[in-house]
Amino acid sequence: MTRAFLSGNEAFAQGVRLSRVQVVSAYPITPQTTVVEALAGMAANGELNARFLHVESEHSALSAAIGASMTGARTFTATSSQGLLYMAECLVYASGGRYPIVMMNACRSTALPWNIYGDQRDSLLLADSGWIQIYAKDAQEALDLALIAYRVAEDPEVSTPCMVCLDGFTITHTYEAVDVPSQQQADAFLPPYRTSNRFDFEDPRNLAFSAGPETNYMFKKKEHEGMLRVFGALEKAEKDFNEIFSRSYSGALETFATEDAEVVVVTLGAVYGLVVEAVKSLRKQGIRAGAIRLRLIRPFPAGQLKEALSQVKHVAVLEKDISFGYEGAVLSWVRAAVQKGGLDLNVCGFVAGLGGKDIPEAYIEYAAKTALSGFNGTRFQGFDEEDL
Amino acid sequence: MSSPKLYEDKLPPIPFAPVFKAGYLTLSNQGWSEVIPVLESDKCNGCMLCALCCPDGAVRASGDKVSFERDFCKGCGLCVKACRKGAISLKAKE
Repeated sequence: MTRAFLSGNEAFAQGVRLSRVQVVSAYPITPQTTVVEALAGMAANGELNARFLHVESEHSALSAAIGASMTGARTFTATSSQGLLYMAECLVYASGGRYPIVMMNACRSTALPWNIYGDQRDSLLLADSGWIQIYAKDAQEALDLALIAYRVAEDPEVSTPCMVCLDGFTITHTYEAVDVPSQQQADAFLPPYRTSNRFDFEDPRNLAFSAGPETNYMFKKKEHEGMLRVFGALEKAEKDFNEIFSRSYSGALETFATEDAEVVVVTLGAVYGLVVEAVKSLRKQGIRAGAIRLRLIRPFPAGQLKEALSQVKHVAVLEKDISFGYEGAVLSWVRAAVQKGGLDLNVCGFVAGLGGKDIPEAYIEYAAKTALSGFNGTRFQGFDEEDL
Repeated sequence: MSSPKLYEDKLPPIPFAPVFKAGYLTLSNQGWSEVIPVLESDKCNGCMLCALCCPDGAVRASGDKVSFERDFCKGCGLCVKACRKGAISLKAKE
């Protein structure tokens, strides 16, 4: 194990190297580019024993990754924003086909207007694609999630592709001290990929065939069930991860000071660090605040969220996206989990950080205080007194 | 090379993914078709242009002529157009 000063992208590339990925197929797009540059360099100098395909578009990148996965190879791709949307038709192909590809998405705003900065509109738009979606909060978690993602995706009970989301620029391009595990530790955690869902000369199979009205729904049910088994697979993987790497992760959610909280701010990604600081600040002001970070967006941890919020009275959801014509996507899912769980509390939403807009700590305090007042709607950062 | 055979057994348990032992045709294309291809042997010179044009691989070499795999034929008629000897026609199904 060595300690290195790495950006989120560089750390993720180390995680991919340690995962002994066999095929990388990718197309560059800001702010993902430095991951694939790092991997190309490693493939060229032999540090990474993988075939690197520089394809002509993101659609080709995921198509090639699907083809590679169909031969039983451990496959990686990465993208962002318009690139993710360009390959969108391939996402459902990969999830329906049950190919455990891992893709790093550098969360970035979607056009128009054109914007290359970080927000969460790209990944959240594809929450229904059938891919596992897990969000990192820093470079260390990014590295670790590369390994954990393969372990969970390739679990025969899961067999579902996984999108690891890193906030664009905030995580991808900022530097921090990261523990880079040894290859030995990685090999102890992540076995080689073995599956029957692949081409085989010895025992020929048909893959990716059609299924009409009589049988299609049966495949879709299995796809849904595979996704639900991620909760158990993630818990087991992170328990083993802690034993091997001495770093613990908390599964579907991470919580801070929620046990006695009256108001909780729910969020995802790197902004969580600032939310924790805001919670400490609010506590000094006599407000019993707490924070929850959704690590898993899909499968959505409704049950775990209900448990964490069972004694809470007010919830503020802070997210970097909006579903035009309604409210933030994460807000809708949290509201539904609260209702389904029979909890009696108000949930309100704060759409912030769009197009890379900075979210100051004061805004998070404002969100918590607004939730505390019983507000049940949505506010849009920069238009603070208007209700959406 | 043997061609896939129509799977006519009872439906097996659905696998976890769209993956299944190779060698089976799950549906006959004849379900789509209202015609079947017929060869006039005397006119056929074995050039195989019909086989080349068939989008479904329904035309096979048979001796020095051709034959049709009916399960694969959807009745598109490209073989009829391709044949320079007028040796193929499409006959209505009974």
